[in-house]
Formats: sequence, structure tokens, C-alpha cells
Amino acid sequence: MSRKQHTARITGVADTAMGELAGSTALGLHAEATNAALKDAGLEAQDIDGVLCGYSMTVPHLMLSSVFSEYYGISPSFNTAIQAGGATACIMLANAVALVESGACRHVLCVTGDNRLTGMTRDGAVAALATVGHPEFEQPYGMSVPASYALVAQAYLHRFGITRDELSAIAVSARKHAALHPKATKRDPLTLADVSESRVIASPLRLLDCCLISDGGAAVIVSAADAARDTRNPVRVLGSGQGHTHEHIMAAPSLTDFGCKASSAMAFSQAGVIAQDIDVAEIYDSFTITLLAELESIGFFEKGEAGKAALAGDISLGGRLPTNTHGGLMSYGHSGAAGGAFHIVEAVHQMRGEADARQVPGAQLSFVHGDGGILSAHCSLVLGKE
Amino acid sequence: MDLPIPRPNADTRPYWEAAQQDRLVLQHCADCGARQAIPRSYCGTCHSANLTWRDSSGIGKIASFSVVHRAPTKAFRDHLPYVLALVDMAEGVRLMLNVIGEDRLDTQIGDPVRVVFEPRGDDGFKMPQVQRSPA
Ligand SMILES: [Zn+2]
Repeated sequence: MSRKQHTARITGVADTAMGELAGSTALGLHAEATNAALKDAGLEAQDIDGVLCGYSMTVPHLMLSSVFSEYYGISPSFNTAIQAGGATACIMLANAVALVESGACRHVLCVTGDNRLTGMTRDGAVAALATVGHPEFEQPYGMSVPASYALVAQAYLHRFGITRDELSAIAVSARKHAALHPKATKRDPLTLADVSESRVIASPLRLLDCCLISDGGAAVIVSAADAARDTRNPVRVLGSGQGHTHEHIMAAPSLTDFGCKASSAMAFSQAGVIAQDIDVAEIYDSFTITLLAELESIGFFEKGEAGKAALAGDISLGGRLPTNTHGGLMSYGHSGAAGGAFHIVEAVHQMRGEADARQVPGAQLSFVHGDGGILSAHCSLVLGKE
Repeated sequence: MDLPIPRPNADTRPYWEAAQQDRLVLQHCADCGARQAIPRSYCGTCHSANLTWRDSSGIGKIASFSVVHRAPTKAFRDHLPYVLALVDMAEGVRLMLNVIGEDRLDTQIGDPVRVVFEPRGDDGFKMPQVQRSPA
């Protein structure tokens, strides 16, 4: 089954300040990101006829998109919320693309935000996140999100003989990029030894193998091809795909191959490209193992090779596949559904040539990927320069 | 603070009731022969409702594990470090359990293990767990 290339454009992107934002609220972050994305696109609030929200842990409402639209003061003709953990932002974007390509909407706002750090504390966020575990068959055994990714890491390291330094190199590369981004949360230099000697969270994962918990928000506006003409600097969406194999890690069909294989294959085929054509990748990196497993499952590197590539500088700026050029979830910031949206924002900056010191010279094609749960829900996107 | 006790529902009650009698039971599909770890009203392979419960051998091996040093909730903090494991049972299903026993911190992938039942809370609700067993 071959699908025609998408025609939708991303016309506006923005993220808010990141980190520990005293006085922030989840809905306020949504509104801040929306205002900035509208300005980025050169659109007005009344141009938006579709709204997609994600989820917020500090506003765990059944109807977040209605709550947001009331708060912000818009009455869209299409309005709903989407929940797929870390894959939420990419899946929102894929839905927005379908809405504008079907003619149902002209400009769809995808907006996310959470103040999970100041709004619920780090302990509160860790406990809330653990509820992705099965309430009877996982949570009563002390399952947590880091421990579940640790189960993947242990199996992966065992099977492919990956070294501690190879895993650490993933975090070090992200930090190098974050140092070039004025908004990134963690910008201090990081060494392999810093990662390898940080305290154990759940073996084999250590503190610096893990993403941050941040306050922050992000918005992405998706427009129909004709509606994009009068916006400031549109970027093309060329392909999208999803892969869903399980929710609970105990039910995953494999601990070394995941739904990103299917989702990326769909996205590449729709875009009419192959993995080796991609100039810059922004891939969900909740943990070092997440990015390592995804880089290999997607086909950017052979099995067991992504860590070696990271050590050699291949996923850093100047390397073969600069990845997470904003610093990713480990160094830039992670605010739930917004975390995955930061990857989209950065990819759009790269496609526009607006990534400043982080710009990949001449980048024409970018790959964005989100993963939710424990490598459970996957969504891949291929974006291209206009 | 007490560790959480599972709250069975209509799908899962036979599993937990059997555990209270020191038995691990698994669902087998009478139509397609599939076995499943998380109990359901329907077979997750052929979607049939024709499921039966059978006693497990209680024998398995470690598919993966993690020694957890950061607890998800306050209740687990008193038990750090504990070993979270994915256990491949001889029947071909994978369970998430804790490795318990003196030598739990020596756990490795591939270790043979056997199911034991560990009482939890004031009423001694029994949880299936595993211990390493010499090959
Ligand atoms: Zn069946």
C-alpha cells in the first residue's frame, strides 16, 4: 500500500521558557505557546479552526481541549484531546495533517504544556508517571518508568554487548547540543565519566541516563497547503507513520525491536525517502537507551552500532546524523506531551535554517519521532524544506 | 507504609484467588491454544471468549531485570534496592515479578527461577514472586 506524499505545512512553532518556572500554570503555558506560535506563523487567533490538545498531569481533565479553548478564548470548529504519552505531540501533528488534508480544517493548532515540576514536585511526577504500568500486574511490583526502560536496557546491553561508555555517549552528545541553545535547561559540559558515575536509578540506568522533569509548553500550527501561502515560513510535512505493539512492557513482543521500525518505514515510504537521506533527526530520548534502541530499530544504524556511533561523534553536529540538536529530553527539557513537541519545534527551526549555532548546514530533510509508554506507541514524521 | 495490594476485577479474580492458595494459574485459549499472562475476558490472539485456567509449572527464567534504587512511591522506598524482573515462564508467557531471597542482587539474565508466594500487608495477601533456583 503506497500513500501519496502529504501536502500539509507546518506554519508556526514555538516553545516557552523551560525548566523550573515559578508561578507557571499548565493552561498559562498552553496560552503562552499559542500566542508565540501564531506570531511565528503570522496568523491571528481567529484563523485557527481546529484545536488539538494533549494531556497535562497538573490538569488531569477529561476534556483538556475544551478547558484550553475556554481559557484561551476561542471556539474552534474541531476540538479534541489526544493522549499517547511521549508520542502525543507527533500523533497530534499527524492528526492535524489529516484534518487539513481532508478539508475539515484550514489551520489546526496543536498545543501542549505542563508545569509538572513546580506544580507537582519531582516525586509526584515520578509516581504519576508510574501509572502507565499495569495496576495489578506491574505497579504492585514497584514498576516505574525508569525501571521499565532499565528492563529494556539490561536486555539490550546483554544481547548486543553495548558498553557503559556507549550508552553515556548518547547523553554527552545531547548536552553538547544543549550548550548551543540559549533556552536549554542543562548547558554545563558533561563527560562520559559524569554519566557513568552518576547515581544508579534502576540498573543499568543512572541519573544522567534519564530525562529531565520540567515546566514548559509548545505549540505547532499545521495548515492546508493553500492556506499556508500567506504564512511567514512554512515547512513541508512529507510523511507520517505509526506503530503500536503493546502498552505494558511485560506484554512487549520484543525487548530489542519496537514499533518505531514500522512507524518510520511508513513515514519514509510516504515521503519517498530512505533513512540515509535524512539530514537531521529529532528523536524521543526519554532515556539514553530509548534513543539508542530507536536509532537502531529505525535503521539509522545497525544493531549494536548506535552507541559506537555516538562515541565517534556521528550523532553530534558535524557528524553523519546530527540528532536532537536542541539537547533533547535529557538536556533541553521534558514537560510531558510538550517534551515531544520540542523535537518538532527544533526540526522546523532546522528546516527553516533558523537554528542559529545548532544549524545543520544545508539541511533539506528531517526526521522526527515520538514514543509513548515503554516504547509502546510510536509516531514518525518526515519534514522537508519548502 | 504498606506495599500496594492488587485490586482484582472480574477478569483477574481467578488469578489472585489461586495465588492465595499458593498456585500460579494462567489462561489458555481452548480455541487457538494461546496462553496469556495478563488475564482477560477474551483471547488476545484469536479474540475468543473460550478461555480456561490451568496451573503453571512455576518454572521460568529471567528475560531481563533491574536493581531499582529510586522508588516510584513512598511505600517502595523502605524496600530499596529491590529487583524488578521480566520472567519467561515455561508455558511461554512473560510476567513482571520481583526476584526475592538472599541472593536476589546476584540476578542475571537467563537465570532459572521458580515462583514463590510472598504475603503482603496485614491480611497477608499473597503475591507471586520468584527466587533464583540452582540449575
Ligand atoms: Zn485464542
